[in-house]
Amino acid sequence: MSTAFHLLPPSASSISTEVDLLYLFLVAVSAFFGVLIAGLVIFFAVKYGRKHPDDVGAPIHGSLVLELTWTIIPFAIAMVMFVWGADLFFRLARPPRDSMEVFAVGKQWMWKVQHPEGVREINTLHVPINRNVRVTLGSEDVIHDFYVPAFRVKMDVVPGKLSTLWFRATKPGTYHLFCAEYCGTNHSAMIGQVIAMEPQDYETWLSGGASTASPAVAGEKLFNDFACSTCHKSDGSGRGPVLNGVPGSTVALADGSTVVADDNYLHESIVMSVAKVVRGYQPIMPVFQGQISEEQVMELIAYIKSLKAPGTAPAAK
Amino acid sequence: MSSNVDVANHSYLGAPYGLKSWLFTKDHKRIAILYLISITIFFIIGAAFAAGIRAELLTPEGDLWSSDTYNKLFTMHGVIMVFFFLVPSIPATLGNFLMPIMIGAKDLAFPRINLLSWYIYIAGAIMTLAVLFSGGLDTGWTFYTPYSSISSHTAVSLAAMGVFIAGFSSILTGLNFIVTVHRMRAPGMTWFRLPLFVWSQYATSLVMVLGTPVVAITLLLVFAERTLHLGIFDPAVGGDPVLFQHLFWFYSHPAVYIMVLPGMGVISELVAAISRKAVFGYAFVAFSSLAIAILGFLVWGHHLFVSSQSIYAGMVFSVLSMLVAIPSAVKVFNWTATMYKGAVSWDSTTYWVVGFMGLFTIGGLTGLFLATMGMDIHLTDTYFVIAHFHYIMVGGTLMAYLGGLHFWWPKMTGRMFNDNLAKASAVLVFIGFNLTFFPQFVLGYLGMPRRYHAYPPEFQVLNVLSTAGATVLGIGYALPAFYLLYSLFKGAKAPANPWGATGLEWEIPSPPPTLNFEQDPVVTEPAYNYHPTREVHVG
Repeated sequence: MSTAFHLLPPSASSISTEVDLLYLFLVAVSAFFGVLIAGLVIFFAVKYGRKHPDDVGAPIHGSLVLELTWTIIPFAIAMVMFVWGADLFFRLARPPRDSMEVFAVGKQWMWKVQHPEGVREINTLHVPINRNVRVTLGSEDVIHDFYVPAFRVKMDVVPGKLSTLWFRATKPGTYHLFCAEYCGTNHSAMIGQVIAMEPQDYETWLSGGASTASPAVAGEKLFNDFACSTCHKSDGSGRGPVLNGVPGSTVALADGSTVVADDNYLHESIVMSVAKVVRGYQPIMPVFQGQISEEQVMELIAYIKSLKAPGTAPAAK
Repeated sequence: MSSNVDVANHSYLGAPYGLKSWLFTKDHKRIAILYLISITIFFIIGAAFAAGIRAELLTPEGDLWSSDTYNKLFTMHGVIMVFFFLVPSIPATLGNFLMPIMIGAKDLAFPRINLLSWYIYIAGAIMTLAVLFSGGLDTGWTFYTPYSSISSHTAVSLAAMGVFIAGFSSILTGLNFIVTVHRMRAPGMTWFRLPLFVWSQYATSLVMVLGTPVVAITLLLVFAERTLHLGIFDPAVGGDPVLFQHLFWFYSHPAVYIMVLPGMGVISELVAAISRKAVFGYAFVAFSSLAIAILGFLVWGHHLFVSSQSIYAGMVFSVLSMLVAIPSAVKVFNWTATMYKGAVSWDSTTYWVVGFMGLFTIGGLTGLFLATMGMDIHLTDTYFVIAHFHYIMVGGTLMAYLGGLHFWWPKMTGRMFNDNLAKASAVLVFIGFNLTFFPQFVLGYLGMPRRYHAYPPEFQVLNVLSTAGATVLGIGYALPAFYLLYSLFKGAKAPANPWGATGLEWEIPSPPPTLNFEQDPVVTEPAYNYHPTREVHVG
């Protein structure tokens, strides 16, 4: 039996110390109230122990001051917890703009990862330290959950949409990657490793990996293979809308509403285009649901994002 | 009614004796006993599954059961314990038995519906047990889609129907209780003279009536999804799997209060009786039950912080979840204050109460960790959550249930049990429980996900501790089965009021006559009216 014993997991991301601090605050508050209640209950039980079988207690029925005290103080403490926790959550929910983007697809029972340079790996994710990494998550089948305890980050991976999480690793090392949402027979085998490396080691690893086309390049090939290019022409002459510059922009829809073209909108418009049709266009695009894998959707999105927006300099990639 | 005088003076346990007289009884007390026997059987079945889980987790490798078997074990443990033990536990047994007596009524408002509730419960339970013989169930008790709707090859439809049917039992019991409290109170039994146990049953009943239909419909949808391929939860045809989570937790979070509110009611009674003193802040304790019942419906989204739910929705659910902690805290403080300047006994009852206070307080405080959004990201779906809800639902509810069962056992059976053995049982349960579940808080923070058949070796020490604790806990739970059963045959005859407590149930013989009261009671004083000039009648 391993005798390793810790109270806290490894702390290896920019946010993990902050999460631990909040945890210690919560533990301290809990310990205070736990000890207070236990102490009072035992103290009263001993001090006011029944001396005679016919004894009865003092005729005390309550106190408004006390009721208000033990309503307001816990309320105030709970609000501190709420604000502290919400602030942390909001920062964890919003990836910084300069993040490097990695794609990960969960399927029963493995993780498939693809790096922006095209390197693919399974059940392992190599990342450089001191760099913001945004993981775009998709699922091929049921709900999974991407969980790296050492980074204190976790996100459900829901079929039919994309979700994201981000972190900045701070310490080189090998850390657990768990699927944290029950997904069937081999749920507990859907585990892997996140390997955080010094940036130069990461570069070395990248160049040594069995590299395939980058997601954007692979996406361009798919764009032609699926014949997307016959309708979505960059000069506006096609039967579908121009895609250049669409990611991140606000799109006007046929029903009069508008939508921000985030990853989930792009995902939905690829697999189920009839859901939100762009104003001025007919719902003629085929439904690709079931015809296209999550990885291919992610590659198409990477390609669309790489398209030069009208009137701007070419995108970085 | 004059011809019934003899019957009225006769114990409800007496003639008629036959099995038929029990299976067709309309007496709330006998129905309570039917439930008591049934839920005990389900507790034993659920506990056997738990033993299977703990045995597997002794070692990191998944070497005792196959993955599929392990998944079926924890699923059935959850389904049986939640839907067939915890939800009916206190309301259907102690509630059924005591609530009419406590308000001075002869029975519930609808005795036949009460019996029907039990039959529906049994039908649902048999259907769910049939799952064991039809390939089992591996979805977890939460039935999350799309795993349950399109992926699992186990008996999901059968299980969903079993729970669906059992839901009607809950709804009917809830309706029956609500009408009874409104319409059947004895003269003088005003709302603010009601024992707090009745208030908690009333609040629980509201949740049962309003919440259960939602989970019933949700499980019906899963059933329809599997059989008719509707696609409501299937993204491949435009459905949304997360919708299921909203529907499921809309019931299942309030369901936690269905499980724990009655326990709080029991503790209110017990604290007053062991302290021989009125419950401190009666109105605050009563209204906190209603506050919990209402706020409990507005917090379901805290189960979905990492589900891709909108972060703003998450924020609202987080703050509301903080609010629901306040009435629970108010109760704990009031119970503590009740003991101040009381005349506190050291009977076994006190052991259960003190145990409850300890475990429930830890359970409640750790709930705040999970309501704190930034913290929940790390903790959700880990053993921290397992530990937290076991502290509430087992540490809280089960401790209160056992405390209440002991406290009212002389009333229900007319026999006294061995108090020293009861103390031993309470101590074993308390120690065993903490040894089982406290290490799981640490495991959760270390990152061990729940529902793992095999786990990395560094988690083993804590898992071994947990399994060792579960063994002690098992002994603690098994002990009462022996001395309580023994008391039925050899126990001393119980007087009407063995603890010197207040309440209408202590003014009638033990066990009570079929019609509860020889004369219709008239209530002239508030609950827990202990005062120095009032003679305490022990016996």
